[in-house]
Amino acid sequence: MRKLRVGKGIFALPYAAICVIFVIFPLLLLLIYAFRGDDGSFTFANFADVFTNPTNYMALLKTLGTSLLATAICLLIAYPLAYILASSPFNKFAILALLFVVPMWMNFMLRIFALQSLLGMLGIEKGYGSAIVGLVYDFLPFMLLPIYTALVNLDHSYAEAAGDLGANGFKTFLKTTLPLSVPGIMSGVMMVFMPCFSAYAITETMGDSNTSVIGGKIDMLIASRQWGVGSALAFVLLVLVIIVMVVGNVATRARNKTENSALTRGGTL
Amino acid sequence: MNAKRKVFTVLGWVILIAALIIIYLPIALVILYSFINSKNVGESGPVSLELYKQLFENEKLLTAAGNTLLIGVISAFAATILGTVSAVGIFYLKRGKQTVNIVSQLTVYNAEIVTAVGFFLLSILLRNVVQKGIAWLIVCHTVITVPYVILTVSPRLSQLNPNLFEAGTDLGASAARTMFTVIFPQLIKGMVSGFALAFTLSLDDFVVTNMNRGDSVETISTFVYNSIRRGVPPAVRALSTIIFVAVLVVLIAVNIAGKAKARKGNKM
Repeated sequence: MRKLRVGKGIFALPYAAICVIFVIFPLLLLLIYAFRGDDGSFTFANFADVFTNPTNYMALLKTLGTSLLATAICLLIAYPLAYILASSPFNKFAILALLFVVPMWMNFMLRIFALQSLLGMLGIEKGYGSAIVGLVYDFLPFMLLPIYTALVNLDHSYAEAAGDLGANGFKTFLKTTLPLSVPGIMSGVMMVFMPCFSAYAITETMGDSNTSVIGGKIDMLIASRQWGVGSALAFVLLVLVIIVMVVGNVATRARNKTENSALTRGGTL
Repeated sequence: MNAKRKVFTVLGWVILIAALIIIYLPIALVILYSFINSKNVGESGPVSLELYKQLFENEKLLTAAGNTLLIGVISAFAATILGTVSAVGIFYLKRGKQTVNIVSQLTVYNAEIVTAVGFFLLSILLRNVVQKGIAWLIVCHTVITVPYVILTVSPRLSQLNPNLFEAGTDLGASAARTMFTVIFPQLIKGMVSGFALAFTLSLDDFVVTNMNRGDSVETISTFVYNSIRRGVPPAVRALSTIIFVAVLVVLIAVNIAGKAKARKGNKM
C-alpha cells in the first residue's frame, strides 16, 4: 500500500524536474551573472553600480512610486465597483461583472494601442500621467476580480448582526464588510503591484523612456549586452518579490490564526 | 430605508454604466475606425473595408498573429497535460509538497522581467543546443503557465474518489494508462479552464517573449510595441476588431453552453 502511494507521487517528478531546470536554475544563473565581471571574474561591481549609480537606483525608487500609485488608484476605483457589483440589486446580473473583465481576454498591447489612440484623439500629451492611466486601465480587472469574489462570497449574517446591534451603515461596512474583504484586497494588490514593475510596454507606449518602469531599464541593459548590471538589478527585484511573498504568507497565516482562535473562543462561550 | 435603497440602486447603475463606457470607449473607437481608411484614429477618411484588405496583405502582421496563435495553442496544450499530471502527483505527494508549492508560487508571483532575464541567461548558456525563436518561446510559455493549470486543476482533485487510481491499476492498467483514461476524464472541466487560462496568458505575454524571441520572430504584442515609434499600421485596427469579436463570440458561446448544461442538469 505504502509503495503504491509513492508510485503516484512520481507524477510530480516531471514538474519537479522542470522547476529545477527552468525556475531554480535560471535564478541561480541570475545570481552568477550578477556577481560576474566582464572578464568572467567574481566582482561586486554590478551591485555597486545598482546602488551607487543614480540612474539605476532612482529608476528603482521611481518604479516603486509608480507601482504604489497605480495600485492605490486601482484599489480606489475597483473597490466601490466591486462593492456595487456584489450588492443585492446588482449581483443577480452575473453578466455585469463579466463585462468588466471581457477586455482582459483581448491582447493587452492592442488595448493599450486603443487607449493611446483615444488619448491622442483627445489631444492628451504622452507623459507620466498617461502612463499611470495606462497601467490603471490595464490592471483594473485584476484588482476588481478578487475583491468582487471576496465580497460576493461574504457571509451577510455579520453585517446583519452589526446592523441589529445598532451600527449604522458606514460603521457596519467599516467593522464587518471591509475587514472580511481583506483577503480579496490582498490578492488584488499582489496581482497589480509586482506586475507594474515589468509593465514597461505600457509605460513606454503611454509615456516615454523617462516615465518607464524598471523592467524597461533591465530589458535595455540586457539588449545592450550589459548582462552583469541587468542581472544585478533583476536580482534586487527578485529579493523584493520574495519579501512581498513572505510578508503576504505571514499575514495570511496570522489572520487565519486569529480567525481560528476567535472562532474557538466563540465556540466555548 | 426604502428611499435609501432606491438612491443606492440608481447611483449604482450610474457608476457602473459610466465605468463600462470608459472601459469600452477606446475599444469601440478602434472598432469604429477599423471601417474608416485614415492614418490615425480620429482623422477623417472614407468609410471602407480597406484596412481589412490591408491586414490580409500585411505579411508581417499576419505572421505575428500566426506566431501568437501557434505559440499559444502548443504551449497551452503542453501546460495542460503537464499541469494536470503534476497536480495529481503533487496531490498524492507525502513529502516535499510544501517545497513544490512554494516554487510554483514563485513562478506566479515573480516579476515577469526577472523570469525573462532568467530564461534569457539559460538560452545563452544553452546556445549550442537551443536557439531563441518560436520553439524556445513555446518552452518558456509552457513553464510560465504550468503553475496556473495546477492551481486550476488542484481544487477538483480533492473531490475525486481517492480509490479511483487503485481501481485502474488493480484492473491491470498501467499507471500512465490509468492517468490518461481514468483520471483525466474526471478532471476534464478543470483541464479546460486551465487550458483557457494558459492560452490567454500566452497570447498576452510580452516581457518574456520580447527578450527571448530572437531577432526575426514577432508576436502581436511585440509587433505593436515595436511599431509604435514608427507609427502603428492602421491595419492593426482591423486585427483588434477581429480579435475582440472572436473573444466575444467565444465567451457568449461558453456562457450559453454552460446555461444549457445547467438546465439539462436541473431537469434530471
